[in-house]
Amino acid sequence: MSMPALTNDSAPKIVSPLSAPVVSASIVSMNPRQPPRAERYVKLAREAAVRIVPPLIVLALFLLIWELLCRRSGSALPPPSRVFNDTRDLIFDPFFDNGGIDKGLFWHISASLQRVALGYSLAAIVGVALGTLVGQSVWAMRGLDPIFQVLRTIPPLAWLPLSLAAFRDGQPSAIFVIFITSIWPIIINTAVGIRNIPQDYRNVAAVVQLNPLEFFAKIMIPAAAPYIFTGLRIGIGLSWLAIVAAEMLIGGVGIGFFIWDAWNSSHISEIILALLYVGIIGFVLDRLIAVVGKVVTRGTAPN
Amino acid sequence: MAYLKLDHVDKTFTRGAATTEVLKDINLTIEKGEYVSIIGHSGCGKSTMLNIVAGLTTATTGGVLLEEREVNSPGPDRAVVFQNHSLLPWLTVYENVRLGVDKVFSRSKTRAERDAWTLHNLNLVQMAHAKDKRPSEISGGMKQRVGIARALAMEPKVLLLDEPFGALDALTRAHLQDSVMALHQKLGNTILMITHDVDEAVLLSDRIVMMTNGPSAHIGEVLEVALPRPRKRLELATNPTYVKCRQRVLEFLYERHRFVEAA
Repeated sequence: MSMPALTNDSAPKIVSPLSAPVVSASIVSMNPRQPPRAERYVKLAREAAVRIVPPLIVLALFLLIWELLCRRSGSALPPPSRVFNDTRDLIFDPFFDNGGIDKGLFWHISASLQRVALGYSLAAIVGVALGTLVGQSVWAMRGLDPIFQVLRTIPPLAWLPLSLAAFRDGQPSAIFVIFITSIWPIIINTAVGIRNIPQDYRNVAAVVQLNPLEFFAKIMIPAAAPYIFTGLRIGIGLSWLAIVAAEMLIGGVGIGFFIWDAWNSSHISEIILALLYVGIIGFVLDRLIAVVGKVVTRGTAPN
Repeated sequence: MAYLKLDHVDKTFTRGAATTEVLKDINLTIEKGEYVSIIGHSGCGKSTMLNIVAGLTTATTGGVLLEEREVNSPGPDRAVVFQNHSLLPWLTVYENVRLGVDKVFSRSKTRAERDAWTLHNLNLVQMAHAKDKRPSEISGGMKQRVGIARALAMEPKVLLLDEPFGALDALTRAHLQDSVMALHQKLGNTILMITHDVDEAVLLSDRIVMMTNGPSAHIGEVLEVALPRPRKRLELATNPTYVKCRQRVLEFLYERHRFVEAA
């Protein structure tokens, strides 16, 4: 980026009221020097270090304290060094499959993720649709909102027996639990987003004569997108919370059942490894929705 | 034959048990190609009047006739330039204008023609250079230009301007007023403008409609501005007709219908 260099010939001479000498505003050329490549890399590395080093230090301290506390014989929980030794096979070979439920962690996690993907996608579609209805129609809100407010306080696992009774199978029941857990924040946030669409945008749509479908796609969804994504982000977090609990009860392949199975076989180290994976995946899911939201809602902030 | 006619328009707002009469017996006819301003103190219902013409609000009694036909719902034949521009922030400048073009000319123009028409209208307001920018990336004056382009692109029978320059600084405002004047000269649109700026009203309008204070606001006086077009801002400053018109509006607003703060 370069701009024409300005000379100071035409700059007006300004006489300072305080001192006699004549000062002229000198205008320098605006050609920012491109920093050398190496310098930029150093800068990038420094920025990365500022973010990465503090959590690493805290993590190291945490592991150290844990190691010291759990090292003595007779302690209930294994120290990190033993966790690593016990789970070495699971860490380095996540893809084994010995049939039944004796599978690598990859298969357990992917089974859980598939359930979440299904239940959550359903919740997203139905949630945005219901939220739009409740946000748009006063009567729908009056009728549905009190019911939603009651239903959303029901803990996810309380739905499980009912859904097992209804579906008579673990798989659809787990998906239903995900669905029913994550749908409430999506509905409620979407409704708030739709209700907060500025009257101006509605007026524009009215003057242009958008039909209801166009209004939904071109005005409602983009205008409410920041709210919708807030709901979606809370929803994904809740569904990941619910799946682990649900899988503990329904059994089969899945990270929740893996943890329960490890507890039943007193493999405490495996539980710890699984918890670590659950945490990391939950974090990644949350970031994923956040990034999608950021991309989709770019420019939707009011100006 | 009147092009646009407001026929005995009353507007009352009911809120619970209380009813307020905002507009009372508004009668106004506007000829094709005319530039009419509505001026009055804030709260006198002039925006309500514009909204009734736009169809965004319905009149309690009476109605609006455009080319002898009643209009009571919003439509592109009465495109509005909103005070706060109301551009959709998730669309680019081009897409904002194109939105209206696509709806209005969905049958009558091909895709390429609609593209050309959108660009043509952006060119009219000198905004084609920013067509791929988002509203948040351009200045207030530029946003209002795009708002005008969006309205013009719908080829409205009447262009409704709702205090279009109200939110702009004085220099930008003057610049944009000149642009609107030039567009009116070039395209011959029928324009109804809400304003609270006396100079703006005299400079731009063929007729100025002066509103009394609310509640029950009505048309107090209509002033013809018999100044030849094209008008030049600088030359008018000393023009006797201009000065006299300005005087008349000022007298109306500040002597006979002085703004009384609601108790």
